[in-house]
Parts: sequence; structure tokens; C-alpha cells
Amino acid sequence: MIPEFILSNAPALLIGVPLLGAFLSPLIGRLSRDARALWVLAIITLTTLIGYLVAFLAYTKGTLIYVFGAATPALSIPPDSGGIPIRIILTLDALSALMVIMTVTVGFSVIVYSLSSDSRRSGLEAYYTLFLLLIASVLGMFATGDLFNFFVFLEISSLAAAGLVAYKVEKGRAVEAGLKFLMVSAIGGVFFLLAIGILYGQYNALNIAMLAGMIQWTPLDKLALVLIIAALAAKCGSVPMHFWTPDAYSMAPAAVTAMLVVVSQASLYGLFRFCFTLYGLALTYGVIGWALIVLGVLSMVVGVTMAIPQKDIKRLMAYHSVSQTGYMLLGVGVGLAVLGDQALLGSFGITAMEGGIFHILNNALYKGLLFLTAGAIILRIGTSDMNRMGGLGHNMKWTMILFIIGALAIAGIPPFNGFASKFLIYESVFAFNPVLSIIAMVVSILTLASFVKVFHSVFMGPQLPEYADVSEAPGSMLIGMAILSGLVIITGLFPEFFVQHLIAPAAHALADPSGYLAAVLGGA
Amino acid sequence: MFLNLPLVVVVLLALIGIATILLKRNLVKIIFGVTILTSSVNLFLVTLAYREGGIAPIYTLAPADVMVLPTPHALTLTNIVIGVATTALMLSFAVIIHRRYGTVNIDEIRELRE
Amino acid sequence: MLMRMSKIVRFAADLLYPGILIFGLYVIMHGHLTPGGGFQGGAVIATAVALVAVAYSYDEVLAMVRKLRFIVQESGGLVLFLGIALAAVALGTTVFANYLANTGMLFGLAVPFGPNPGELNTGGVMPLMNIAVGLEVWGALALVVLYMLSGIREKEA
Repeated sequence: MIPEFILSNAPALLIGVPLLGAFLSPLIGRLSRDARALWVLAIITLTTLIGYLVAFLAYTKGTLIYVFGAATPALSIPPDSGGIPIRIILTLDALSALMVIMTVTVGFSVIVYSLSSDSRRSGLEAYYTLFLLLIASVLGMFATGDLFNFFVFLEISSLAAAGLVAYKVEKGRAVEAGLKFLMVSAIGGVFFLLAIGILYGQYNALNIAMLAGMIQWTPLDKLALVLIIAALAAKCGSVPMHFWTPDAYSMAPAAVTAMLVVVSQASLYGLFRFCFTLYGLALTYGVIGWALIVLGVLSMVVGVTMAIPQKDIKRLMAYHSVSQTGYMLLGVGVGLAVLGDQALLGSFGITAMEGGIFHILNNALYKGLLFLTAGAIILRIGTSDMNRMGGLGHNMKWTMILFIIGALAIAGIPPFNGFASKFLIYESVFAFNPVLSIIAMVVSILTLASFVKVFHSVFMGPQLPEYADVSEAPGSMLIGMAILSGLVIITGLFPEFFVQHLIAPAAHALADPSGYLAAVLGGA
Repeated sequence: MFLNLPLVVVVLLALIGIATILLKRNLVKIIFGVTILTSSVNLFLVTLAYREGGIAPIYTLAPADVMVLPTPHALTLTNIVIGVATTALMLSFAVIIHRRYGTVNIDEIRELRE
Repeated sequence: MLMRMSKIVRFAADLLYPGILIFGLYVIMHGHLTPGGGFQGGAVIATAVALVAVAYSYDEVLAMVRKLRFIVQESGGLVLFLGIALAAVALGTTVFANYLANTGMLFGLAVPFGPNPGELNTGGVMPLMNIAVGLEVWGALALVVLYMLSGIREKEA
């Protein structure tokens, strides 16, 4: 039913199709605006379908590999190379497949959303080119099994995202935010490349599976791990390197902000991939696990306390995004802290990692939804200052309902998906250390309080005279938001299904990298 | 000492780059600091490739000798391209900020607060 | 600085431009034999564009070449690069496979073993990709130079 050449080349097409779309859109844009909108929609639909196909193949057939430039896609070790995988190899295991599903879903909703939100802006050809390039680079970060290839895709995503953040110049403030973002990303990338250089100089290999077989815990390896954790934690917005997050998230267009959440989580994925698969049991898991836990707790607490006094709606949501990143670091950090101890790993370690990974998926969905609703409100009202908003529930009913779904999900109220992942994190972290679990619950209560305040000041109250003729958000915006909210509800109503079929294989693939190594090194 | 000289220069350049980023007030000089830091990592990658008494890894008209490793040269070239793109984008941002704010002093470019 | 330069400077830029162009194209074409290749050659040619842009005033440069030409060149180079890479799928191998090397078609001569004087007709897909990347970098860096000049000009006006 599906042609053979698509089935066997699917991982490469996953990155190649959005790249081709990005490169052709300036030329197609010269024809007409509608042609370009149609082209972008076609490309993202194709990418979404290929993404689901790749994820399905990765879940059913085990780790998927694709070797660039070889005679067949699975020929990872050429016969005359002496047992060394010498080409760039794309490696997709269960965790990568889950991330790919998340990216294409959010990407599709966001592009449908932005087809109408920017209908009055000029200079649009650069916007769609950079957006498709951003999606392609994030998919590349998830799919690659090569250290330097990850660095290249990381830098591509930084440049594309910085260009998109500074897109609405807004008297220079958006450009200042973009400059801060690019500065942090560039310096983080330089430190990451230094770590790659150190690892290459020691082991003469760049493939993650190949390095994982050879790595020991020498002082240079410790230095490389510290540099990698510092660079990737700065890129994902965890405290103490979170200063770019509120500026960049608030100044970017709303659709770009929803995608920036996915980009930050790509760095988080990189952090987990390098800690678990590259180093594995070679690192002192207790110390490094506690380092991740400390980063997570700091992000949670600082994020939510700085969010409460905010007046700008998108800045408030950006600080909440920092706080939610803390939950993911806490969950997977607990898993890393007990990695070597099989009994503890089995009793609560895997559950903690499942909670953290499920939270990555849920956070992309409900945070994207919240940012999109904020963008709809700002489009119709013209300001993002919450002190000047009020009584919008009379005009924008659908936006209000979608905002309620997102706010209840982020606060962890059943039956939405935030509750499922937070519950997994609470119960497993409580078995590890009760104090951390109590901190997490208090942060969740403060999140709920903060969003009740936002809801009350934006939607409740009498209708203000200056907003009397505000209409509902445009149609394509509502469709984009509805897709995300539908998934929020479905993952909340059937968490068991998602955990058992999608999340548990990902957590097991992370905790036990032997499947990953066997797929690459045992290939022929 | 002589064989370690490139690595000493790498650390020196990295420290100069980081010091420039942290201590200077002018935005353009901070961008220079990022470029210096990138150059130090490029030098580090090229240094990793060296083998004793080796020649450049080019087969055209090459004498029969030990060749240095070519893979870090490819990594360095990719990083130079990335550095060009990053510097171009940062300088464009600096031009727009100067046009809108009237200054490139980072103490005065603080519109986004709290 | 954005006014046109004296006659001597303009004449020297006119003389140097074809020379730099030829050298840049040489670096691009011989990328698989000597140091160089797509990005390096493209950057050399972009320097020539910058030289002409500095010697003449900005309005005259815009009269000589529209930015659309460089946009088409950049996108065309990128599409050519991806097209050559993805064409390998139609031929049965993986993406980015070198399907022209050692086959006798365009750039398909068999490479002599060991140190040799270098044969231009070898390399397979690599010289084609070098040309694509060279065109793209030429267009992209020329656009960067022109847009930055326009940014300064707007402020002065």
C-alpha cells in the first residue's frame, strides 16, 4: 500500500521533505501568497504523515537505523572498514519516535494556526522558510545518531529560531530578545562543540553508539559531560540560565512561541540521550542524577514564583514554561540517580522516567495550546497587558473554553493530561525523597493559583466598552488550537493506553541502551 | 612545551573571548568576543588532527608521507560556516537595535525588564 | 562612504572583478582535488560582489543587479543540492549516495590510487554538489552584503 522506497527511506525523508519545502518556498512565493500558503500546508501534512509512519516503524520493528550514502539503508558497518560505523547514521529508538510524534503534531497545528494570524504582515516569505527550517532541524535533532550531526542541527535551530523571534521588530524590543536568545545559543553551541572535540580527541569516534561502547570515566570525560550538561541546560531554559526565556517567548509571534517550546524540549532530549545512552553506567549516576534533580527543583520553584507578579500574559506563560521544564528534569533525574541499582530502578526509577517523558509530551501540547490562545487574544485586542484586559468571555467564547482546557491541564487537574504525568512523578519521587515530592505539589498549587488569576482578569468581569466589537478568533486559528486541545483531552482520558504503548517503551529504551547499540553496531 | 603550544593558545583565546563577553559594554565588542571564542574552538579541533611530521591530507601531487587526520578539518570547516551565519545575524540585529534605540551600549538596551 | 568612489577605484574594481570571479570558480570546481570546494569558492566570489558594492554607490549597484537575481540563485543552488541528494532514492540507493563515481558518466572516471596529479573528471556527485553549494553561498553572502548596506543607507537618509 505504501511504496517500498518511502518505507525504506522514511527517516531521511522525514528531514528532507521539510528542508525541500523550506528551500522552495521563496520561489513559490513569487507566484502568489495563496500558492505559498498551499505549498506550506502540503509540506507540513506530508511531514506529519511521514513522521507518524517513522514512529510506527520504530515502535513495531525496534530501533530504526538509516545510513546516509551507503548501498542499502541498513549497512552501518561497511565490510572493508574493520568494524567501525563510518557514515552518518540516523538512529530512531522509542524515545526519538515519541519526540517525532510530538513535533509533527505541534508543527501541524501551529502552521494551520499561523495561516490566518499573519495574513496582514509583510515579508512573509522569510517567515515560512525559517519555520519549515526550524521544524526540519528539530526533527533532525531527534533522529540523528551522530554527535556532530546533533550539533549542526542544534545550531540550525538556534539561528532559525532567533530569526523568528526577532520577526516582529516592534520598535526594537523583539530584536533585543532575539539577540539575547542568539547570544545564549551561540555560546552554548561553542561549549558543546568543545565537548565534542574532547570526546573525539580521546576516542576517535563521533557515532553515539560507537562512543558508548568505548567510553570510560576519565577526568576529560567528566569535563566533557559537564560542558554538555551546561550547554544543553542553558538551551532548554532551566535555572540559572533562564534569562532569555521570558524575553524570547513574549516577543515572538504566538505560533513561533509554541514551536520554541518544542525546540527547548529538543535540548532536553539531547541531555537525556547523552546522559543515558552515551555515558550510560560509566558515569557516577548518583551525583549526576542529583545534579539534574537540583536543576529541576530550582527551575520549578524560581519559575512559578517569578510568574505570579507578571502583568504581561505571554511573559507569565514563559515563566510557567521554565517551571514545567523543572518537572521533566526532576522526573528523569530521579531515574538517573538510581540507574545502577536494579531493584530501585524497577520499583520507582522507571516510573519516574515515564512521568518525566510523559510530561515532555503533555507540556508541548498544553503549553502550545496556552500560547496559541494568548496569541489569539493579543491579535484581537492589540495589547498583551493583563491590566487592560477584561470581560473577554462575552466575546471570545471558544477561545475561553480552549484556555480553560489548557489552564486545567497545566495545573494538573484530572481528567486532563497534566494530572496523569504529574501523578506519576509525585508517586515515584515520593518513594525516592519525600521532600522533593512535596515541593513539586506546592509548585503545582501555585501554578493553579496563577492561572486562576489570569483567567479571572482576562475573561471574567463585565464587558469593557472598548472591547465591545471584538470578534472571535479567525477560523484557522481555532482549528489549530482545537487539534491540540483534543489531544490534551484524549491523553488525559486514556493515560493508561498512552503510557503502556508509547511512554513505557521510551523509558525502557532510555534506561537500557543495549537495543540502541545492537541496532547500529550489529548491522550489516 | 613547544608541542603543547597550540593548546595553550586555545585556552588563551578562549579566556580572552569570555573576558570580552563579560566585561565589555559595547554590543559590537561583545559580538567580537563570541567570534574569538568560536575561533579558539576551531583551533582546538584542528590541533586534534595533527600527527607527528604529517602533511596535509590531499592526494593531488602528494609526497609519500604520514598524513594528518582529515575528519576534524571537516568539522572545523562546518563550524566556520556556522560562525559566519551567526555573526552575520548578530550584526544585523545590532544594526537594527542601533537604528531603533540610538545606542549600542548594553546598559541602555534594557527595554525588557523583570 | 556610500557615495561613489573616484574613477581610479572604480576602474580597479572593474578590472579585479573578473579575476576574482575566475579564481572563485576555479576553487569551486577543483574542490575534490585541492583545498577548497563549495563554501570557500562562493565566499571568494561574494568578496568580489562586496568590492563592487563598495566602489560604486548603493543606488548604482541596485541599478546593476536586482536582489531577486540573488534570491533565485540562492534558492536554486539549495534546491539543486537537495535534488541531487534525493535523486539517489530514485536510483535505488540511500540519500546522499554517490551514484556517479567510477561509472563512466559525468565526472565518473575511476580514481587512480595513491598520490597522483589529480584528474578533474573524477569524484562523481561531489563536483556537482560543490557547484550547487558555490552558487548558493555566492547568492546568500551577496544578499547579506546588499541588505546590510541598505540598512546603513536607510539610517543616513
